[in-house]
Amino acid sequence: MLPSPDWESLALLGQIAVKSSTAVLLAAYGEIVAERSGVLNLGLEGMLLLGALAGFAVGAATGDPAAALGAAAGAGALGALAHGIFVLSLGAEQVLSGLALSLLGAGLTGVLGRDLLGAPGLVLPSVPLPVLADVPVLGPALCNQPVLTYLALLLGPLLWWALGRTRWGLLVRACGENASAAYASGVPVRLVRYGCTCFGGALAGLGGAFLSLSYTPGWKEGLSAGQGWIAIAMVVFAAWRPLRALWGGLFFGLLTALQFTWQAEGAQWLPLWVLRAAPYLLTLLVLALAQTSAALRRRSGPPADLGRFFRPGG
Amino acid sequence: MRPVRLVLEPRQASGAWRAAISLLSALALAGLLGSLVFALAGVDVGAAWRALAQGAFGSSYSLGEILVKAAPLILTGLAVALCCRLNLWNVGAEGQFVLGALAAGYVGLFLAPAGAQPWPAHFALPLALAAAALGGGAWALAPALLKARLGVSEILSTLLLNYVAVLFMEHLFYGPWRDPAGQGFPGTAELPEAVRLPLVMPWLPGARVHWGLALALALALALWFLLARTRWGFRARVLGQSPRAAAYAGFHSARITVTALCLSGALAGLAGAGELLGVQHRIQDGLASGLGFAGIVVAFLARLNLLAVPLAALFLGALLVGADQLQTGLRLPGAAALALEAALLFGALLGEFLAANRIRLVRAPAGEAGEARHAS
Repeated sequence: MLPSPDWESLALLGQIAVKSSTAVLLAAYGEIVAERSGVLNLGLEGMLLLGALAGFAVGAATGDPAAALGAAAGAGALGALAHGIFVLSLGAEQVLSGLALSLLGAGLTGVLGRDLLGAPGLVLPSVPLPVLADVPVLGPALCNQPVLTYLALLLGPLLWWALGRTRWGLLVRACGENASAAYASGVPVRLVRYGCTCFGGALAGLGGAFLSLSYTPGWKEGLSAGQGWIAIAMVVFAAWRPLRALWGGLFFGLLTALQFTWQAEGAQWLPLWVLRAAPYLLTLLVLALAQTSAALRRRSGPPADLGRFFRPGG
Repeated sequence: MRPVRLVLEPRQASGAWRAAISLLSALALAGLLGSLVFALAGVDVGAAWRALAQGAFGSSYSLGEILVKAAPLILTGLAVALCCRLNLWNVGAEGQFVLGALAAGYVGLFLAPAGAQPWPAHFALPLALAAAALGGGAWALAPALLKARLGVSEILSTLLLNYVAVLFMEHLFYGPWRDPAGQGFPGTAELPEAVRLPLVMPWLPGARVHWGLALALALALALWFLLARTRWGFRARVLGQSPRAAAYAGFHSARITVTALCLSGALAGLAGAGELLGVQHRIQDGLASGLGFAGIVVAFLARLNLLAVPLAALFLGALLVGADQLQTGLRLPGAAALALEAALLFGALLGEFLAANRIRLVRAPAGEAGEARHAS
């Protein structure tokens, strides 16, 4: 039941859909890189919040978009570094450390952001690309978006290339698939894993900054509302592939956009709470479907050394 | 000058000594991280800890409040610990807590009111508790089946369902279950006396300790017995330590997994019922206040020892009661408690590391400089 099928509302739907996918996409890409190197980081939700608060606070203080985005990426990377120290150097249980990071992000941002609630701040608006933005339907969806959304759209193919077609990508994948063999052939496994984890954190931080600077400008406690967890599910659904994550993320964005339009139209046939719960329920459904399809399952296992502690020479 | 390097050695120590090391270093790191959070928040670190201690232990009322908080924490801690002993992660205790409360609330609101029920009044409370266990268990059933049948990660499925549970609860108390006499206040009517958990010390005004605490303690013992002394528990422990050994022995791994997750959900559901029937008496905003998530902290502070869970729950209960004082005394938001819980979790992780490894500084032979190496 799509809204009235005129081009204008379809273009709006597409624009909201693509926009809504940004944070999940950035976080999911980051997690893909970390997990391909062998590190499971369940702290996405916390890093999104850290990035959102840092980006908003620095943006409000300086008015400088570059500083705000830098702070957001830095905050996310710092959170990821904490996770890295625990799981890579201390051999801590990766699931638990990730959960602790999520909890820390929620708690710390709640405490530090208490004076910024509802405060005005920097807004990163949509930047229409000349000419391209006027193309019907696809123009607004793909070429009239905030900068971070462009980044999210471009990073899919870019990471596909970097992970699958470059020497760097090979090193990362070697660490995730067989850490001992990689180490034996001279790859500094721990260093690569630290790097990938922090890269993932930086991307999640940027995803958070998108939420607090572009999507719903302003700081609100817990504004990520589970998008970090949805991103982790997206990684599993995408079988650890950036391009598939792009489609998954856009699908999530479409659901969010439909929720807005249905809500606006006051659709009576579906209770509002079901609509609001739909992203979580459908993510779960998609996860289950991905597992039932034998064809998908055969080609989509996690990296062999994902979540395993590697101690050089141990 | 020869370089100094760090050497890690496996620690040869008894279980009790290891537990002590783990606990002490956990508390030390948690204290350090907590101080850092206070400092970042711009409050006087010393004053914050004093307010916390004052809030937790300053009066007989606050001591009672620790017991009030401990009751649900024991249950959610048991829920998490039980699953972890089987190498399963129940990160959905929060949602199961909510569903338990909703099921108990349904009994209280629609089945128990005077005249409506065909059974004697004293059946109402057991019925509400049974409904809560069923509700919480049922909320864990879908993740359990998805895990056992399809191999869907229970971490993600249980977690995603938390959000659904809270949205569903809000729908109910904003909508169909809202108290018609509540003057627009979102929340259900007060539950009838018949389904409330009685107070332990009704003669003391303000002492909110209810018999849910005794129920939680009894369940801790029962669960310990189940896991340590029964055939099912033996199989579950084998499955947790080595799924291949369990398969080789012909255990029904899928069935054990489903049973354990549902049992875990039932425990969390009972925690929700205790909070509703013993403390809040109506379903309203703030019923799901993170006690489910806190179960993770309790379970790992107890190092997954079921009999240690009540102690860990008391400790975290004290921390949470003290954190309330941070809100009123120092105007810190409720999220401060979350930050302290995270600090405890990181502390527990460091504790496990130090319990298993000894760190020594040695002078390396000339010419060899390396990173920390495992000595064995």
